[in-house]
Amino acid sequence: MHSRFRFLFVILIMGLLLMAGTAQAKDATHELRDASVISKAIERGTLRVGFSTFVPWAMNDKTGKFIGFEVDVMTKLAEDLGVKIEFVPTSWSGIIPALLSDKFDVIIGGMSVTTERNLKVNFTIPYDTTGMALVASKSMAKGFDSLADFNKEDVIIVARIGSTPATAAKAFFPKATLRLFDKETQCMQELLSGRVHAFVASAPLPAHSAVEHADKLFLPVEGTFTKEPVAFAVRKGDPDTLNVLNNWIRQKEAQGWLAERKHYWFETLDWASQLK
Amino acid sequence: MNTRLRKTLYAIRTENRSPAWDIGQYLLVMAALLWCMLQSTEGLGYDWQWYRVPRYLFTLNEGIFKAGPLLMGLRVTAQITLCAMALSLVIGLVAMLMRQSCSFVARHLGTLYIESIRNTPLLIQLYILYFVFAPVLGMGAFWSAVLALSLFEGAYMSEIFRAGIQSVPKGQWEAAYSLGMTTPATYRKVILPQAIRNVLPPLTNQAISLVKDSALVATISVFDMTMQGQAIIAETFMTFEIWFTIAAIYLAINLSLSFAVRGMERRLRHYA
Repeated sequence: MHSRFRFLFVILIMGLLLMAGTAQAKDATHELRDASVISKAIERGTLRVGFSTFVPWAMNDKTGKFIGFEVDVMTKLAEDLGVKIEFVPTSWSGIIPALLSDKFDVIIGGMSVTTERNLKVNFTIPYDTTGMALVASKSMAKGFDSLADFNKEDVIIVARIGSTPATAAKAFFPKATLRLFDKETQCMQELLSGRVHAFVASAPLPAHSAVEHADKLFLPVEGTFTKEPVAFAVRKGDPDTLNVLNNWIRQKEAQGWLAERKHYWFETLDWASQLK
Repeated sequence: MNTRLRKTLYAIRTENRSPAWDIGQYLLVMAALLWCMLQSTEGLGYDWQWYRVPRYLFTLNEGIFKAGPLLMGLRVTAQITLCAMALSLVIGLVAMLMRQSCSFVARHLGTLYIESIRNTPLLIQLYILYFVFAPVLGMGAFWSAVLALSLFEGAYMSEIFRAGIQSVPKGQWEAAYSLGMTTPATYRKVILPQAIRNVLPPLTNQAISLVKDSALVATISVFDMTMQGQAIIAETFMTFEIWFTIAAIYLAINLSLSFAVRGMERRLRHYA
């Protein structure tokens, strides 16, 4: 009688312990799943996206609405996830700290993959490729026609602070003076007022601006002189979100949707009428 | 009754209390602040890398001292502050004299300048000067920054001067005029020497504001300390370390200025 009870009691305790153990293991994976940015976004019903204005990735049209290649991408992503999109425009120089301090869920802002950035954030597979180009001022950089022409003591080059073009300008033109501004419009302003020789930026802005201001600007070097993969950035330690985003990019690539959008924003100027 | 109660309370508050109590309170507040900060960065999973900061201040290579970007930036900050300080003193003095003058045009121009500067943000003034006027005048970023800061601080300084002059008793003017002095001579020999003594402390406070406001020149790509800091952060992502370092340097400069003001006020009290 006693012994049977004791036996049952031991079995019961062992069962409980076993259950607790598996529950513990389950809890860890559940917790990881529930803490993932994607789960939280679905729960909240909104996906918060951080970006910065770069023509034609993201810009304001004449009504103040955001339009651009990047805006199409994030809108489509939110639509496929079945959530609303919340735009969080952020200054480029502070965009990674803002992601780390949970101001938004993901950066979709034409961000090129660099190792330095990768140490702070995780990148998805690339959904786009970009490169740097150079646009120069006709009055300041008369007759310059190679990259070497710009690597001189008296040359002033302008770029956007915290951008890969700024890093590239430092690497390609170590002798030139580099001036940095927080916004592309300010860099453009500097170039147009003839105070700097050239502006280094991601394609296609240099080519577009050379067409737009043909009287003041020209392209000293055809095409881009670097090639960089562009990806979404998310916080570290979140495999679920990375997986969802990676596979979303793979699908959109396979459908040809990304290529089609890229063509529309980068190789045509059909959208220019929406700005003015 | 009420006053006696207040006096008793005041005595308890200040005199019958050991300094350990005050120090303890201070440490408690500081600890709470530090804890909040650490909690928040812990939550972010922020990776502190203080050991990387010194090389941006200076490097010692085989005993040769080489200033890093932050110290170079500090030099630019000092240059801008000193140039703007000198220029704003002149501008402030001229604006004040214009406002005090008998000429209708000068008086109104002075008022227009002071009111428009004091009621618009400095950042916008800086942008307008640099992006709109500087290309026409052929001015570089450095001098645009100096001029914008001088115009801004000068407006405040002219008000400080005006207060200083009005603090000189009317009898002094009358005495000077009765001796047959002209207005410029009266200003130079009688009024200004007395007024300057009164305005030195508020002027030093204005200098402190100037040091802090000079951080704004980073927006037009003048490589002062703030701009250098932004450039370093853009490359290394050491956001908190660099900003804290820069804040500490500004704090050190302005605290020494504050102590100078305090010493000056103590010294001037004997003359008053």
